Amino acid sequence: MENYLYYFLAFLIFPGFLFTSIFGLVVTWVDRKVSALIQWRVGPPFLQPFYDFFKLWHKELLVPSSARKTGFLFAPFVGVTSVTLIATILGVINLNPEFRFVGDVIVLVYLFLIPPLTIVWGGFASGNPISALGAGREIKLMVAYELPFIITLATVLFKVGTFSLGEIIEYQQVHGILLQYPSMILAFIVSLLVLQAKLGQVPFDIAEAECEIMEGPLLEYSGPPLGMYKLMNAMLYVTVPWFIISLYWGGTIFSGINILWSIIKYVLILTVVILIKNTNPRVRIDQAVKFFWGWISLIALAALILMVLGY
Amino acid sequence: MSNLSTKWLKKSPWVYHVGTGGCNNCDIEILDCLTPRFDVERFGIKLVVSPRHADVLLVSGPVSYHIKPRLQEVYQQVPKPCVVACIGACACSMGIFKDAYSVAGPVDKVIREVDPNAIFVYVPGCPPKPETMIMALVKALQKI
Repeated sequence: MENYLYYFLAFLIFPGFLFTSIFGLVVTWVDRKVSALIQWRVGPPFLQPFYDFFKLWHKELLVPSSARKTGFLFAPFVGVTSVTLIATILGVINLNPEFRFVGDVIVLVYLFLIPPLTIVWGGFASGNPISALGAGREIKLMVAYELPFIITLATVLFKVGTFSLGEIIEYQQVHGILLQYPSMILAFIVSLLVLQAKLGQVPFDIAEAECEIMEGPLLEYSGPPLGMYKLMNAMLYVTVPWFIISLYWGGTIFSGINILWSIIKYVLILTVVILIKNTNPRVRIDQAVKFFWGWISLIALAALILMVLGY
Repeated sequence: MSNLSTKWLKKSPWVYHVGTGGCNNCDIEILDCLTPRFDVERFGIKLVVSPRHADVLLVSGPVSYHIKPRLQEVYQQVPKPCVVACIGACACSMGIFKDAYSVAGPVDKVIREVDPNAIFVYVPGCPPKPETMIMALVKALQKI
């Protein structure tokens, strides 16, 4: 019984909803502020993402007459719930690597597919042709980046010889982080590029291209559901880098000086994301698919082959 | 309109830009607000691309007959509470286009046809300075 209570609290408060959403919104502020500084601007105040979120919750909710109402209103909440579940699983396993269930990495990979799918769902449900266009692009992008992502994941799983995230973290605590191998460095670089696409950041924000198709799937959203989508993106900012750190960089440890080191790992990955975002123009969808299925998949395969050879 | 909702609205007004037959002079000045020199993101002001996300409509230009139904439709698509900002002399009072054969009327008259309780801000000038526009928005949001 106490276990259930613990996991329920974990879902709602600590690594789950409350922690991830607040941390994610703060990270969104960091992103906007650093982007502003790069462009020689001052940037928004610290609480700006919170103001935006609460304002959207107090706005009127409009449902277009052409929309499928249930899916239109349901999709963003499903997305937020799945990201919360990802954060809970990641957090519980990082706090206590002994905790495991069969094939939890596979569950996480499937859960990571749900947020983009809810964007697709909402986009098609809103009944707007431009939203449908954006949703179609989101599907293509997803198909594009999943291939190298799965290959890099296979590299890690076969190296450690397990399907359990807890065992991967324990392996790294005993044998040193996986990033010391050349093959893993290649896989890590590929993961960073996939991270950029999973977050929908600038070179790969094809589905939500503001000046081209007007935020695509989010075009018809107003008020609370739009706020939930913004929150979902903010929470993805926390969870996807966290997953990559757990796979390659020894996970995060919440005790003593290790907290600082965990935050430094996260900030380094975040810096790379923001720098790529601010120095690149948006690519077309065909360029993105070619990029991920061409060079990036080749690099991922090279990492896999290097791993098999023992490097 | 509750107190709380306007409190957050003041902190993050998202603006949507509607051109209603202006000469592009005001539109260029609106874009100036986004440059590093003025940087409206300091006040949480953000240019959004869909009227569904907007809190403030920036309307520039005298409303021609052609654009009148579109402007009314865009206004109805904005979730309330929202503010309509008339940017420039043409949008405020039709300017030099007064009594012209192709002009339907100033922005406030056109929008009051669909919503008599709409909230307006007038920013005169040909074109108004970016500072004026920022100050007008800040003042308008304090009045709500």
